[in-house]
Amino acid sequence: MNEFVATVVRGLGNGSIYALLALGFVIVYKSMRVISFAQPAFMMAGALLTGYLVLSMNFFVAVLVALLLTGLLGAVVERLALRPMIGKPVFVIAIITLGVDIVIRTVVNSFIGLDIRQMGDPWGLRQVDVLGAKIDQRHLATLVTTLIVVAALFAFYRWSRTGLAMRAASSDQEVALAQGVSVGRVFSLSWALAAALAGLAGVFLSTGIGLEQNLWLTALKALPVIILGGLDSLGGAVVAGLTIGVIEALVGSYGDNLHPVFGGDFFLVVPYLLMLLVVLVRPYGLFGTREVERI
Amino acid sequence: MSRPLLYLSYQQDTALLNTPGKRFWTSVLGIVAVSLPFLLTDDLLVVLATACVASIGAIGLNLVTGYAGQVSLGHAFFLAIGAYTAAALSGDPDSTRLIGFGITSVPIWLLAAGLVAGLAGLIVAPLAARLRGLYLAVVTLGLVFIGEHVFKHWRDLTGGVGVGRPAAVPELFGIQFAVDGSLFTKAQKLYLLMLVLLVIFGVLARNLVRSRIGRALAAVRDRDLAAEVIGVDVTRYKMIAFAVSSFYAGVAGALLYVMIGFVEPGSFNLGMSVQYIAMVLIGGVATISGSVLGALFITLLPRVTRELPAVLPFISSSSAAGGITVFQVETILYGLLIIAFLIFEPRGLFGIWIRLRTYWKSWPFSH
Repeated sequence: MNEFVATVVRGLGNGSIYALLALGFVIVYKSMRVISFAQPAFMMAGALLTGYLVLSMNFFVAVLVALLLTGLLGAVVERLALRPMIGKPVFVIAIITLGVDIVIRTVVNSFIGLDIRQMGDPWGLRQVDVLGAKIDQRHLATLVTTLIVVAALFAFYRWSRTGLAMRAASSDQEVALAQGVSVGRVFSLSWALAAALAGLAGVFLSTGIGLEQNLWLTALKALPVIILGGLDSLGGAVVAGLTIGVIEALVGSYGDNLHPVFGGDFFLVVPYLLMLLVVLVRPYGLFGTREVERI
Repeated sequence: MSRPLLYLSYQQDTALLNTPGKRFWTSVLGIVAVSLPFLLTDDLLVVLATACVASIGAIGLNLVTGYAGQVSLGHAFFLAIGAYTAAALSGDPDSTRLIGFGITSVPIWLLAAGLVAGLAGLIVAPLAARLRGLYLAVVTLGLVFIGEHVFKHWRDLTGGVGVGRPAAVPELFGIQFAVDGSLFTKAQKLYLLMLVLLVIFGVLARNLVRSRIGRALAAVRDRDLAAEVIGVDVTRYKMIAFAVSSFYAGVAGALLYVMIGFVEPGSFNLGMSVQYIAMVLIGGVATISGSVLGALFITLLPRVTRELPAVLPFISSSSAAGGITVFQVETILYGLLIIAFLIFEPRGLFGIWIRLRTYWKSWPFSH
């Protein structure tokens, strides 16, 4: 039982990271109808910046400054590489973001080097006892922070003027333009938000275990998450992220008991298998909007 | 003498070499390509042979992504299936560590690799029938990850991570291609073999896309609903596109590691899929010759950047010396090229060629 609780909390912790990343993907998708493959790069950039800033300031301040800078990076990338492509086929834009990802990640990797870089976070690998189960503090911290961020994000979308503008631009760009919404600014803001969320995910991902070059592969797990939740559903991203995190953790802990094939690092492909199964039944994910086409 | 640009029938218009210029320059290109083994050094020939194989793979991806408009990020998965089918078929039958059947004849393992990969493509195709656009891209990306996992753990077939297995053994009519002979070196023989195969598969693909199937694929790409209305069976043609594209990928995968002689299961990853997408985009979407140009470009890029340290002193050739390494320059250049091509020349290298051609055709008049 204790192991079960610990597994679920570990899953929720990792799931929150997926949820943060997936939210970034969904925000960009809602504004531009494009999947941004540059999210892994922003994740690494956010973690790396925190790793450097933490040397000269408090961890929490460092995270905030790093996220601001990552958001700025996102906005700059959008302005330089994405804005000229408005109106082009989405596939072409998606591949551009792949190029952006390669460039940024190479630069970030050259700063990370071959060693593991520590985040200087206050949690490390310390554990707390909850109901007798030993739980990593970092997983709890990730979960709580994610919940706060998600609540703030939803409030921002629901009640703020800018959030309203972003929703308007997402539902119909031309009408939004006619109502005086600056769609360009919405694009910039979306990219900045997405980049900052990815950066936050990166920080939490590398707390405790440290930042290394291969960590970017984790960011790609947000892709099955957004397919599962539906590309344009913020709520779906959070729900699917947490679900996939928990299932992945459960398979990691108990897969061995079922069959040796499910043991070892099988849990790494669980998100992708889940995604394949779900899209066969529901092509637009669990909460995605069905595309209606007029002939 | 007939008038060059006067076509009296549709067949004439869609013929492979429909102008005297094309006929002339294709012959020149053919002669140059065949004489290259006697002009270039062996290490360059190996790179060119790899480029020929990559071209076959890129043509395959272009068929499904360029012509049929179904974005696939799963090309590495099909390349892997081809590579391991061929390696297993031609492998040492007495080996206790690895599966092997000892069939080293090129046509047999090449066709088998293509067919097995094509079959895998057919199995995946129903997904494409249900999914559109970026959903499909992400799901095919999932294939790469699942495939990578399977290949890493199926040690009898792949040799496992970091160990790998010998690649397919090329042998035809008693000629061993991967061994230096008395007449030709290994590199010369391999280059000629790959060149011949590229020509065969290139012409086949070109014929496919100028046929009824090719037009149906283009219709599906441009607007699948409209295609269905004019009587194109969309699901069927999506399946054909995936099967043929995977067949090409299987063939390319089987040949890709013949030059090095060694396959490692970790190499069939997302990076490889992206590389093939880059070949298609940089070469030119929905063009066969563009795919070849793109494959040449991407395969030669590392070779060119390796010469950079001699020209630019601030780039070092090893990571120990500090500064920017060649490898980093190469990767950054690769990313920037993808971005730049898509922003400034969406039609790729083929588009540049078309512009040059039109310029000289009407020279000295601008229009």
